[in-house]
Amino acid sequence: MKEIKCECGHVNPEGTELCNACGRALTTAADNKKTSDVMRYEGTARRSQTYNASVVDKVWNFFSSVKVGVWLIVITLIVSSLGTILPQVLFIPPLIPPEQYYEEHYGWFGKVYYVLGFHDLYNSWWYMLLIAAIGISIIIASLDRVVPLYKALKNQRVNRHESFMKRQRLYTEQKVEDPDAAMAAIKKQLKEKRYNVKEIDRHLLAEKGRFARWGPYVNHTGLIIFLIGAMLRFVPGMYVDETLWIREGDTVAIPGTDQEYFLESEKFVVEFYDADEDPEVFNAAIDRVGSIVKNFQTDAMLYKREEEGIAGDQRELELVQQKAIQVNEPLKFDHFAIYQVNYKLDEFRSMSFNMTNKETEENVGSLTVDLFEPQNVYELNEGFRAELMGYYADFTGFENGEPQSQSPVPNNPAFLFKLFSPEKPEGEVAFIAIQENLEPLGENEYKLNFAGIETRNVSGLTVRKDLTLWILGLGGAIFMIGVVQGAYWNHRRLWVKVTDDGRLLAAGHTNKNWFGIKKDVAHAFKGTGLKEITDQQEIEDNNIKAREAGEENSLDTTSKH
Amino acid sequence: MTQLASISSTLLYVAFVMYLIATAFFAGSIKSKKTREQQVGKNRWATIAITITIIGFISQLGYFITRWMAAGHAPLSNLFEFITFFGMMLIAAFIIIYFIYRVHVLGVFALPIALLIIAYSSMFPRDISPLIPALQSDWLAIHVSTVAAGEAILAISFVAGLIYLLKDVDLTKKGKQTFWLEAVLYGLVIVVGFVASSTTFQLAGYQTEFTYVNTEEQQEVAQYGMPALVTPNQGELLTEGAFASSIEMPAIVNASRLNTVIWSFIVGTVLYLLTRLISRKSVSALLQPLVKRVNLNLMDEVGYRSVLIGFPVFTLGGLVFAMIWAQIAWTRFWGWDPKEVWALITWLFYAAFLHLRLTRGWEGNRSAWLAVIGFVIIMFNLVAVNLIIAGLHSYA
Repeated sequence: MKEIKCECGHVNPEGTELCNACGRALTTAADNKKTSDVMRYEGTARRSQTYNASVVDKVWNFFSSVKVGVWLIVITLIVSSLGTILPQVLFIPPLIPPEQYYEEHYGWFGKVYYVLGFHDLYNSWWYMLLIAAIGISIIIASLDRVVPLYKALKNQRVNRHESFMKRQRLYTEQKVEDPDAAMAAIKKQLKEKRYNVKEIDRHLLAEKGRFARWGPYVNHTGLIIFLIGAMLRFVPGMYVDETLWIREGDTVAIPGTDQEYFLESEKFVVEFYDADEDPEVFNAAIDRVGSIVKNFQTDAMLYKREEEGIAGDQRELELVQQKAIQVNEPLKFDHFAIYQVNYKLDEFRSMSFNMTNKETEENVGSLTVDLFEPQNVYELNEGFRAELMGYYADFTGFENGEPQSQSPVPNNPAFLFKLFSPEKPEGEVAFIAIQENLEPLGENEYKLNFAGIETRNVSGLTVRKDLTLWILGLGGAIFMIGVVQGAYWNHRRLWVKVTDDGRLLAAGHTNKNWFGIKKDVAHAFKGTGLKEITDQQEIEDNNIKAREAGEENSLDTTSKH
Repeated sequence: MTQLASISSTLLYVAFVMYLIATAFFAGSIKSKKTREQQVGKNRWATIAITITIIGFISQLGYFITRWMAAGHAPLSNLFEFITFFGMMLIAAFIIIYFIYRVHVLGVFALPIALLIIAYSSMFPRDISPLIPALQSDWLAIHVSTVAAGEAILAISFVAGLIYLLKDVDLTKKGKQTFWLEAVLYGLVIVVGFVASSTTFQLAGYQTEFTYVNTEEQQEVAQYGMPALVTPNQGELLTEGAFASSIEMPAIVNASRLNTVIWSFIVGTVLYLLTRLISRKSVSALLQPLVKRVNLNLMDEVGYRSVLIGFPVFTLGGLVFAMIWAQIAWTRFWGWDPKEVWALITWLFYAAFLHLRLTRGWEGNRSAWLAVIGFVIIMFNLVAVNLIIAGLHSYA
C-alpha cells in the first residue's frame, strides 16, 4: 500500500486528504475542496477510496457510496408509492380471482397494474431485492466510514497547522495585548460551557458532543437489527398467522398450537352506540352516520390440554384463562395472541319442522335438525318417521337433477327427506329448502312445515405468534437512540493557537448548528478583548450576492452588503 | 357536556382570530426600524405578535382539552380533529423555533399556513364522534399526537424553505425554479379556494342529492355540497330544481369529491388571477419584499434544524408507535395499508434529505427545495390518502 508523508513527518495511508496529525491538506484536490466536504470524515482515507482492484473492492465501493444509497432510497420510495394507486391483492374481496377483479374494476389500467405485478408489489422479489440492497448499502457505507472516523477522532492532535485552521468556516486571527491571558480566559469559559479542553504548548483543543458523531452508525445498527428481525419471520416456528372461526358454544383446538390449547366461545356480541344511553355529545355524529359500532367482543375460555392427555382429546382440558376478546384487547398466552377481527351474526344452527297431513292438517310430530350433526332418522308419533336422505348445507341449485352444496357451512340449508306414515309405509320423497318445497316423485300425502330456526353468532379470530417482535423492538429502540443522538447533539470543536509572534488564531467547526457554536465562541471570547469570530461562509455568500446584485442593479443604493 | 363542547368550539374560534391578528403584527415587525437589518432580535411589534400567538395557542389548547373532556377521548379521531391538532402543533413548533432564533419573518409565513390548515380542517364534519372499536386505545392519543407533532416540526422546514426560495430565486429570470415556486404558491391559493367555496355554499345551505350506481352495481345516494359540475355514475338528481351538469363520471370516481376539487380549482384560480391582475405581479414577486432582508444562512439553518428535530419525532410517532399499536389493534405491526406506506415514503424521503445534506453537501437552495417537496408529501398523506385512497385509516 502506498503511503503519503506529510510535511510534519506523519505518515498517512493512501487516500488521506488531511494529515491525521497536523491537519495540513495533503493533495491539491483536497486543498481545493469545500471545507465541509473535507471535514466530514476528518479527511481520513476510507477503504472505498484506497482499494479498487478486486471484485470485492468494486462491490464494496459501489455500496459504500452514499449516492448509491440515496438512489436506492429514492427508487424504493417511488416504487412504494406505485403500490398505493390501486388496492393491493391483500385488500380485495377474497372470492374474486385477482386477474378478473383488477380488470373489471379498473379497466385497462387495472389489467396493466395486475400484469406488471403491482397488485402484490410489496411481496415481489424485486421489492425484497431493493430492501436487501438498502440493507447492504447501510452496512457497507457505515463500516467504510465509521472505522477511519473513529481512529481519527480518537487520535486527535491538539496542535493543528495554521492552514488547517484557516480553512475552517469559523476563523479569526487577531493581535491582542496578552494572547496567553486571552487563551486562559477562553479555556475557562469553554469549560463553563462543558467543553473538554486539552492544552499543549500554546495550543488548545476544545471539544464537545463527540458522541453525536456516532449517531448515524448507531441508528444504522438498529436498522440492520430490524431488517434481520423481519427476515427471521421466515424461519419455521418463529411466526404463526392463522384464522380461527369459532361458533358460540363451540370448543376448538387453536391452530398453530399443536392441539395443546383450546378455545371456547361462550358468546359473541356487537354493540352499537345508543343516542339515549351514550353521552349526548355523540348524538349529532350518530344522526349523521347512522349507526356506529361500539364493541366487538368474544367471551372466551382458554383451555390447555393436560400433560398426559392425548392429542385431540378434549376431555382432559384445564381452564387457563377467561377473557373477553375485544379489538385492542387480544387474549395472550404463551407467546400467542388471539385477536378479534371478524364476525358473522346469526348463522343457522338448527331447523325445526312439523310433519302434517296435507288434507287434514293434522300434526303428526316435530323434528329438529342440527345443521352441524344431522341424524339419519327422526322418529315421530307412532308409525311416523322422517329419514334424511340428503343434506346440502350451502345449497346452490341442481346440477343434472342432483342438489349441490358449495360449502359445509349452513348458509342455505336444504334437505331431501323420505317421510314414512301408516298410509305410505314405503315413504314419500320431499325436497325442502328455504322458500322452496319440491315433491320430485309425485304428489305426497304428508309434508314438512317449517316450524322454527335457531341461530348463533360466529367470531372470526386471528391467532398470531411472532417471536421476532423483541428483535424488531430492539432494532427500533437502537435506531431511535441513534437518530436522537445524531440529531439532538452536535459535535463542536474549537482550536486556539498562540503563535510565536504573538497572534491569536481561533477556528471552529461543528457538524451542524452553526448558530449554536457561534454563541459558544462569543461566550468564550467574553472579556478577552477579542473581536467576534468570522463566519467565512457567510461572508462568501454575501460577496456572491453582492456581486450578483451589483451586476444587475448597480443603482440600488439601499443595498447594505 | 354539550356545553363544554360549545365552549370548545368558541376557544378554537378565538385561537383562529388571535393567529390572524398575530400575523398582522409579525408583518409589522419586519418593517420595524430597530431590527431592520436582519429581522431578528427583539422589537415591540414582534413582542406583541408572539404574545398574541401564545394567547392563541393557549386558547387552542383550551379547545383541545375541553373537547377531550366533552368526548371522553382524545380529540384526534377524525380528519377535522387531526388537522386542527396538526395546525396547533405547527404553531407550537413555530413558537419553539421562534424562541431559539427570533426570526420574525418566520411568523409572517408560518401563521398564515397554520391558519389555512385550521380553516381547511373545519370543512370536514366537526361533530364529536364516538370511537369505533379499533380506536379505543390509549395509543390513539400517543400515536396520533406524536405523528402530528413530528409532521408539524417538519412543516416548519417547509416554511423556512419557502422563505429561503422567495429570496434566493431570481424571479426576474424565467426558469424552472421561478415556475415551481409560483406553482407552490398557486397550490396554497387553491386551498384558499377550497375553503372559500365550501364556506360560501355551506352558509348558503346548498345541498343536492343523487342516486347512483357504485362499482359493486348497487344503488347508493351521493350528497353534494356544491352545484354539481360532474354527476356520479348513472346519477339521478333527487333534489328538485338543483343544478346538475351532464358530465357523468365512471363508478370508480368519487364524483362528489371530484366536484369539490373542481370548484376549489375554479375559485382558487379566479382568486389567483385576480391577484395577478390587480398587482400586475406574480404571487412570488408580491411576497418577495417581505423577505428582502432575510439572512439566507440562518433560514437554511432553521430549515435544517427543524428537519433534525422533526425527523426523530416523526419516526417515533409515525413508525414506532404506529407499529406497536398496529400489532395490538390489527394483529400485525405492518400491513402495507396505504397510510402506512405513505408514512414509510415520508420517512424515506426525509432520510434521503438528511443523507444528501450530510454527505453530499446539499445545502441552501437544494435543501430548501427538498423541504418543500417533503411538505407536499406530508400533505398528500394527510389529505389525498384519506380522501382518495381508501384504507384502514379512512376515519373521516
